[in-house]
Amino acid sequence: MNYLNTGILVLAAYLAAYLASCQTPLNQWLGVQIDLRPALMVYCGLRTEWTTLSLVAVLGGLWFDGLSANRLGISILPLFVIAFLVHLNRGLILREQHYAQFVLGTAASAASPALTILLMVGVGQMPLIGWGSIWQWLIMALVGGSLTPALFWLLERFSKAFAYPPVSETSFRPDREIKRGRV
Amino acid sequence: MAVVLLVLAVLSLPIQTATQLKLALGGFFLPLIGLTSSSRTVARQAESAVVPRRMLLDHIDDLKRENERLRLQLMQSNLVWQENLNLRQALGWKQQTPWDLRLARVTLRDPANWWRTIQIDLGQRDGVVTNLAVMTSEGLVGKIDRVGLWSSQVVLIGDPNCRVSAVVEDEKSQDGGIIQADSSSILDPSIVELTFLGGQSAAKPGALVVTSGQGGVFPKGIPIGKVIETRNVGFGMSTEARVKLSANFKHLEYVWVKFP
Repeated sequence: MNYLNTGILVLAAYLAAYLASCQTPLNQWLGVQIDLRPALMVYCGLRTEWTTLSLVAVLGGLWFDGLSANRLGISILPLFVIAFLVHLNRGLILREQHYAQFVLGTAASAASPALTILLMVGVGQMPLIGWGSIWQWLIMALVGGSLTPALFWLLERFSKAFAYPPVSETSFRPDREIKRGRV
Repeated sequence: MAVVLLVLAVLSLPIQTATQLKLALGGFFLPLIGLTSSSRTVARQAESAVVPRRMLLDHIDDLKRENERLRLQLMQSNLVWQENLNLRQALGWKQQTPWDLRLARVTLRDPANWWRTIQIDLGQRDGVVTNLAVMTSEGLVGKIDRVGLWSSQVVLIGDPNCRVSAVVEDEKSQDGGIIQADSSSILDPSIVELTFLGGQSAAKPGALVVTSGQGGVFPKGIPIGKVIETRNVGFGMSTEARVKLSANFKHLEYVWVKFP
């Protein structure tokens, strides 16, 4: 993971915050604003180190709250917690499997708004929630989960494009070389 | 640990500092907003290039007719306006001034599903200040909540932070109440609740709801919506009504900001 990859993830967080506030036909049809930042945090938790995932959580949260009526900084902690938990258990997760990516993306997309609302209520903000919020929550989780494998695929492509190519190993071993002729 | 400390520090910032910081963060998105706007313009130009000439001519014809009809209405309105001015002068009433409205484009919506706000492309440089009324030609939309240099945030009717003093226009009486968010219609932003109506309220489905002018934020008489149902609450002590908003909140592209 080099600086360019970190830059790409920060750029992805920026675009995710912007896309969440755009009015797209999908948003209008579903009646829900789709947030890709939890899926991005799953990727960061699995693929990056502490500094990168912290940076993406902080900037993603600040940009999102900057466009929203949320209290500034309220959505940083849920994103960080998601990435933190995934990072702690990354050795146990089959990260290459699309199914695992979907499950993690769904869980993260469900946990992020729930934790944010809990925090908001904790600091005294009263958001608009009712029975319809359950529908919004389910759709956010499912769409977020469905888009996670696609996000992984895209970010992997970028990661490979900006990473140094792996050194190819040859099967030649000098200690096993058969010396011909007289020694 | 550093992230937690940072969050605590940001959350404990004074409201004014946090608002300034939010506006600065919102400024990061200006290039993307500009890019989106330009790409839309290009797409529209491309679309107009492929639309058949016949269709365009028909469209121009329709617009000409509508323009004529509107000119006629404007002429009638001017006559009524002049008559109103003369009568006010005769009675010694305070003269009314026409509304100073400015058109704004809706650039972004609130990314969180639990707030109802939008961003518009008018800001401090255009003279926008907080608490200005925002409307469409159909009715009231909300008020300016936060003002940046280039853009502003509008809190829409139906958001928990936007309450509007309203009256139900009826032939017999004018019942006053407060328009506020309706948590039972989260999926339909065009439904709000009108609370604190009197117990014997004459509000009936279909009645027009307009701003009362009380509170000093919204001028009197701006249409808000129509009553769709009423119910008695508190053992008949008061009445609540569900109101369908006149403005189409699902397709807000342009709004008018009313300057004082």
